[in-house]
Amino acid sequence: MPDTSNSLTELGVAQIRDGVANGDFSAVEVAEAFNANVAAAQEALNAFIIATPEKAIEAAQATDAKRARGEALGKMGGVPIGMKDLFATFDVQTTAASHMLEGFKPQYESTVSQKLWDAGAGMLGKLNLDQFAMGSSNETSYFGNVISPWKRNDGGNAALAPGGSSGGSSSALAARLCPAATGTDTGGSIRQPAAFTGTTGIKPTYGRCSRWGVVAFASSLDQAGPMARSVQDCAIMLEAMAGFDAKDSTSLDLPVPNWEAALSGDMKGKKVGIPKEYRVDGLDEDVSKSWDDGIAWLKDAGAEIVEISLPHTKYALPTYYIIAPAEASSNLARYDGVRYGLRDLPDGANLQDMYAATRAAGFGPEVKRRILIGTYVLSAGFYDAYYTQAQKVRALIAQDFAKAFEQCDVILAPTAPSAAFGLGENVDDPLKMYLNDVFAVPASLAGLPAMSVPAGLNREGLPLGLQVIGKAFDEQGVLNAGLALEQRAQFAAKPEKWW
Amino acid sequence: MSTYRIQGATGDWEVVIGLEVHAQVTSNSKLFSGSATAFGAEPNSQVSLIDAAMPGMLPVLNGECIRQAVRTGMAIEAQINKWSRFDRKNYFYADLPQGYQISQLYHPIVGEGSLTIEADEKAGIPADKVIGIERIHVEQDAGKLMHDQHPTMSYVDLNRSGVALMEIVSRPDMTSPAEAGAYLSKLRTILRYVGSCDGNMDQGSMRADVNVSVRKPGDELGTRTETKNVNSVRFVMQAIEHEASRQVDVLEAGGKIVQETRLFDPTTGSTRSMRSKEDAHDYRYFPDPDLLPLELDDAFLEACRASLPELPDAKRARYEGELGLSAYNAAVLTADVDTFAWFEALLAETASAQGKAPAEVAKQAANWLISEFFGALNKQGKSLEDSPISHEQAAELLALVGKGTISGSIAKQVLETMFETGDNAGVIVEREGLKQESDTGAIEAKVDEILAANADKVAQYREGKVALFGFFVGQTMKAMAGKGNPQVVNEILKAKLG
Repeated sequence: MPDTSNSLTELGVAQIRDGVANGDFSAVEVAEAFNANVAAAQEALNAFIIATPEKAIEAAQATDAKRARGEALGKMGGVPIGMKDLFATFDVQTTAASHMLEGFKPQYESTVSQKLWDAGAGMLGKLNLDQFAMGSSNETSYFGNVISPWKRNDGGNAALAPGGSSGGSSSALAARLCPAATGTDTGGSIRQPAAFTGTTGIKPTYGRCSRWGVVAFASSLDQAGPMARSVQDCAIMLEAMAGFDAKDSTSLDLPVPNWEAALSGDMKGKKVGIPKEYRVDGLDEDVSKSWDDGIAWLKDAGAEIVEISLPHTKYALPTYYIIAPAEASSNLARYDGVRYGLRDLPDGANLQDMYAATRAAGFGPEVKRRILIGTYVLSAGFYDAYYTQAQKVRALIAQDFAKAFEQCDVILAPTAPSAAFGLGENVDDPLKMYLNDVFAVPASLAGLPAMSVPAGLNREGLPLGLQVIGKAFDEQGVLNAGLALEQRAQFAAKPEKWW
Repeated sequence: MSTYRIQGATGDWEVVIGLEVHAQVTSNSKLFSGSATAFGAEPNSQVSLIDAAMPGMLPVLNGECIRQAVRTGMAIEAQINKWSRFDRKNYFYADLPQGYQISQLYHPIVGEGSLTIEADEKAGIPADKVIGIERIHVEQDAGKLMHDQHPTMSYVDLNRSGVALMEIVSRPDMTSPAEAGAYLSKLRTILRYVGSCDGNMDQGSMRADVNVSVRKPGDELGTRTETKNVNSVRFVMQAIEHEASRQVDVLEAGGKIVQETRLFDPTTGSTRSMRSKEDAHDYRYFPDPDLLPLELDDAFLEACRASLPELPDAKRARYEGELGLSAYNAAVLTADVDTFAWFEALLAETASAQGKAPAEVAKQAANWLISEFFGALNKQGKSLEDSPISHEQAAELLALVGKGTISGSIAKQVLETMFETGDNAGVIVEREGLKQESDTGAIEAKVDEILAANADKVAQYREGKVALFGFFVGQTMKAMAGKGNPQVVNEILKAKLG
């Protein structure tokens, strides 16, 4: 028997699913291979908050047993995945990367994770993230930074950010610790980390994936989605994750299309919009070049390129940084030390003292910053100037997209304004950090499906991502354009193993 | 216009009152979760993951609560808003797991409506008065803190957390404690008719925040205070009396009224300051992003309307008109659901037992119910709900009176026996030989005996002392152990005495 353990971890979702179904290898072999990679990389990359090798094996055994009985396997049959630690998993610590929830073991399972287990996936562990999904570099986690497996080609050894908030997911994917991972995207938290690590991720239309059991950051923006190493793998996993959920009032009551089956990189007859407002002054040259490459590739795939205008783009970031913190300030009020999670009760403390001590100890600085911003913009006398105004601008941004989609089928733009930055480079400047999401946030505010696919490497040898934004409910159009890019980008680079 | 005034040292003061009533919506489960809502359950036995605000939990609206709120709005002839929305009211307290209450500030489900309180001269309400209702919105109740379970800590019971409330906000249209009391009673009656709230004030199903201000007649509105969570009609009236007098005292002493929240102490009947406007919360209301706007379609509204029962004002008018009852009786019988339900059942049984139309026996049934039956129940400390006899049994008793089988006074005696034994009226009358004597021969014989034995009084009567007639009736009835048909006794006496 040839040693397949190394090559197994190179496989993606479709390959594992098909290989297990065909009997080329067993699901347990796959799980063992990934479990080994997870364990070996933990110290260096810190991608997982906790590993759950036994869960991965258990699910794999179930899949193997099913196959032995001749039963059909699920969409994700035999595929072990990483679960972002924002999804509640039954009796398995769920922290949102916050001290506040350290040790918290939910007695319920999020809808999305349950759907994945039902589809035959197994859990390798709970992936690290920015605390309460607030961050763009995974540096706000209470459980330590996630390190990107990528290095600059300058001979230096600077540790790079894997992006955020789904930084554990992106790092683990790039380092072959898992073939696929869940992510959540509030203002770019799937797309930006995917771009930083040469991986692929899609944020579906708001409401496609249930938010039930996902620790809330900003309810009107939060949306779960798959992260993997190919467009096809994302399509497969999204099918398993999506679907109406009566327990989430904002869930879309629509059937889940068979996205994988309808994948096509043929863009004939499609129009691709290029938003002129995204061509900002001082845009990184390499980013600009990769965007041009993307335009050429989609042309090559048969698409017509049209210039479009999204005039309110420049207001998107400030709008986002009013709405998201406003909702967060309220969503995070439940972490008060009364019923679960951390409780800090100083001697002689009254209720107010307990709240203050608990929340001071439990939340990290970025979370506190956003709670304060959110509290401020909702407070009496400021509400209309900030929150009401932001809601109006949000409507205008959505209208921009609606108008643009009268002229085109999908929009192509960079995912992020730069490649991955070094850890610590942006931590002292929140505004600079927030700028990372400047291209990602508009689609979030409009609730539109958007994905990032790797486009190539910049001069430093670091991956860059291209973003495809689609019409509401048109994940298929987004995936197909993503596939057209993927087929032509031929992105095969992977980080050299140093961990 | 009420003539209620507070006599101060500087002259008369008017009182201006508005009520915000919190009414618990009758529904099997909570506003946004499937937990049960039963009163008096073990602490924390009716708490879902949502009610405890576990991470990632989301609210899902309970349609029944909305239906009840809409029906309530229709019952006060209010505007129903086909588009409404839920907002979060943010504040920290241990009985509020989410750290916010889901309520409706900006777009309530029910808009402007009103109800009418009836004239009550004795209470100082000279004429019927329409009280405006500004809005009804739907919101979550909070949990309950228990301070007596541990020497240094408080415990929290989340059974009530998330239970649906209607907040019914009146206009400041009331000008006396009596009007406020009448408004609250009438509102309670309407809610109980509609079935949207059980109105059990002692269980906290209904409670009022009382807004009071005072002014010199003709002046602008004064600064108001809000007394929270007053839980009976009597307490509301007490709180107003106390608060209005206190305000007058403050103002006449040259002070100013501070806009503040106050608490009512039922043991002293007084109010005390809880917090002033300065340390009032900034609730940071904003639309709840976990919920979509609530949109109601015409079919839903039509179904709500069709499900409404006959309402108190209409019922009262019908009792007076169709049934010919006195205004007083109609008011008493329509004041509560249990009362009219009993009356209407009794009426139907009575009509059928006597083979008459309801309108022909309505007065008999109403009079008996109010003057005999309520009194008998009262004496035993019972209510209609736990009445020892059924309306079928009562109807049988009334039929015996109606057909002349027993007299009204014997009926009283029979009712007492029915209460004691639970036996039917017919059985008791038979067993105890209480049947009324209508046989003229037998009565004539008795009358003759009485007249013979009282020849002197007969003489006096014939000389013009007609007041003695009652004496002869009494003697005859006594001789017949109360069973003589009074009408026949009268007739025979009249004939014999000439």
